[in-house]
Amino acid sequence: MSSGRLLALLLTAATVAFIVVGTLWPMDSARAMAGTQAGLLPAPASPEAAAGNLLREVARRNWEEAYSSLANRNEFSELEFMRDFTGAYPGLRTYATLDSFELHPLHASGDETEIRAVLQWSTAVGTFPDVRDLQVVRTGDRWQVAWPIVKEARVPPQVIPVNYLRWDVIYRGPEDDWGTQDVEAPHVRIVDMHPIDRGGGVVVLGEILNEDVVPAFTTVKATLSAKDGSAIATEDAFDKMCHILLPKQVTPFRIDFPDVRLSQVDSIRMAPSPNLVAASADPVIEIEDQKLSSLPEPALSAKLVNQSGQIVNVARVLATFYDKSGQLVWVSGSYADRALLPQAAVPVTIPLPADLASKVSSYRVIATTYSSSRFQ
Amino acid sequence: MKILLTLWLGLAVSISQASAQTRALTLPRTVPAGAALSVPTNGTGEGVLYIVGPMEVLKRTLQLGDTVVFHQGELHNAGHYTAFLEAPSSREIVDFDVVAQAEPASISFLAKPSRLAVNLPDGISGVAYLFDTFHNLILQSAQVSFHLSETEGAIQTHLVASRNGVAWVQMASAPKAGIAQFLATAGGVTEKRIVQQVPGDPCLIKMTARRAGDQLVLETEPLRDCRGNPVADGTMVTFTETYQDSECTVDAPLKHGIARALVPAYSGSVISVASGVVMGNEIRWQAGR
Repeated sequence: MSSGRLLALLLTAATVAFIVVGTLWPMDSARAMAGTQAGLLPAPASPEAAAGNLLREVARRNWEEAYSSLANRNEFSELEFMRDFTGAYPGLRTYATLDSFELHPLHASGDETEIRAVLQWSTAVGTFPDVRDLQVVRTGDRWQVAWPIVKEARVPPQVIPVNYLRWDVIYRGPEDDWGTQDVEAPHVRIVDMHPIDRGGGVVVLGEILNEDVVPAFTTVKATLSAKDGSAIATEDAFDKMCHILLPKQVTPFRIDFPDVRLSQVDSIRMAPSPNLVAASADPVIEIEDQKLSSLPEPALSAKLVNQSGQIVNVARVLATFYDKSGQLVWVSGSYADRALLPQAAVPVTIPLPADLASKVSSYRVIATTYSSSRFQ
Repeated sequence: MKILLTLWLGLAVSISQASAQTRALTLPRTVPAGAALSVPTNGTGEGVLYIVGPMEVLKRTLQLGDTVVFHQGELHNAGHYTAFLEAPSSREIVDFDVVAQAEPASISFLAKPSRLAVNLPDGISGVAYLFDTFHNLILQSAQVSFHLSETEGAIQTHLVASRNGVAWVQMASAPKAGIAQFLATAGGVTEKRIVQQVPGDPCLIKMTARRAGDQLVLETEPLRDCRGNPVADGTMVTFTETYQDSECTVDAPLKHGIARALVPAYSGSVISVASGVVMGNEIRWQAGR
């Protein structure tokens, strides 16, 4: 009985000791679960710790704590700081979460250190990186980050007249006679198709032209067939194509078959599926300052400028890369992480595989948009 | 000889009359669909009359010697019918046909395609199926008139006789783009379809550039196809500006026949324009011109 009491006493004492230790020196994960109070955090003893603490608060969307830890709070408000991450208008950033980050010290000189922070944001359409060079300064016994804020362009209040062009469709109704023909589906044509063996899989690259005078919502499926005629796999282009094609518009497409070897494939059956949809011809997006950077990280950079009056919440760019003979080399895409305000440039970067960079001679870029307030 | 012939004819008539008197059921060979029908019967006692036709069976209990009446609309499906008269001591079977009414009441009109390029020989086809009030296909030949009226008022007309209930025609699309009305008329019935005749690719793309601040306003002249039709609004026109090692592209839709875009004004830049597979002119922009 006495040994049982002793054990109970020991367990109680150990529990109290662990609670005290956990409260005074909490682990990062415990802080995240508990919702850290500033008083519980130790003063960052190194520049990396200061930057790490700040970005962890950002990941938790704890804007107040993050803002209060900054060295340059006098340069911007907490709201502006928050909008640097979420965007002032709904866009890809609004719904993104900070998945991970890496810190790379660049320079250090006494009370000031420069650190490159590579933030990986996670969204429904994939991840996007955000690179910021942080100045970390020592203030007394603690290090603080001077946040390099990127203020979004503001558009002054104004009225922008736009002549909208859109197509409405009257489909065949249930009461119509059987002889009443429905509206003709748009005519689209695959103008180029080129399979390549890449990364242990097959990639089908191509381009589709809308030959018609009406908009077409188009999907493309490819079926790989073996020599005995059996289907190996069927995939579609998903977001590696522009689905709404206006008259005479050309979109590239890329269909990935990750687990198939080109040597297994005897034939490829392409099935474009166009449907007539009500659509709008606006907004018009200018893709300016397109530049192809070379190795070690080849990419096509550009700036998107919205030439219409409507705010574009999500913009996507697709690039088609060609070799000297005009043959398709690669199709790649990317999203603008911020909303496009009228006449405000937003940068985008489209990655290009390093081993293909030397083959690329020319390229073509198109943009597609989504607006939550699209006029219906 | 004359006397012999007269006697023979008289004998034949009397045999025929006797035969008719003995038949319990008398029906015409053909009956128009939906028409009222009176069926006289002969004999005595009770009987049951069954009429079996396409998707239809009618039954009447009757006193032999009475006339059975089928009202308007009761026999409305065209096709082959059989009447069975069941009497206590006999059974009689008579075949007859219900035929569609001669006058069309509706037309099922298939016009294809609903949208096609201008000036296409035999590009438009129209098929008309003629039906009566009860939606029976009218197999008797009837005249069907096909009219294709174009935007500028020109009308193509073809008069076609239906065969087995169907009349068809092929027509050329007009050289001028626009909405055409395609009509099929038979009897007093007309059915209308819309055929959109659309222009082809642009024949020539010519753009101009003018400076507006630090930008260039690029604008095409109104685009037309090689037959002079305005190219459809919404058609994409791509402007490309090349300056040193960078490019700027704008995909702009035609509005009122004109595509318009803004690009940065760089002295020494080269600007080109294209739509689909058709290239336009090229401008080398030097400061101010």
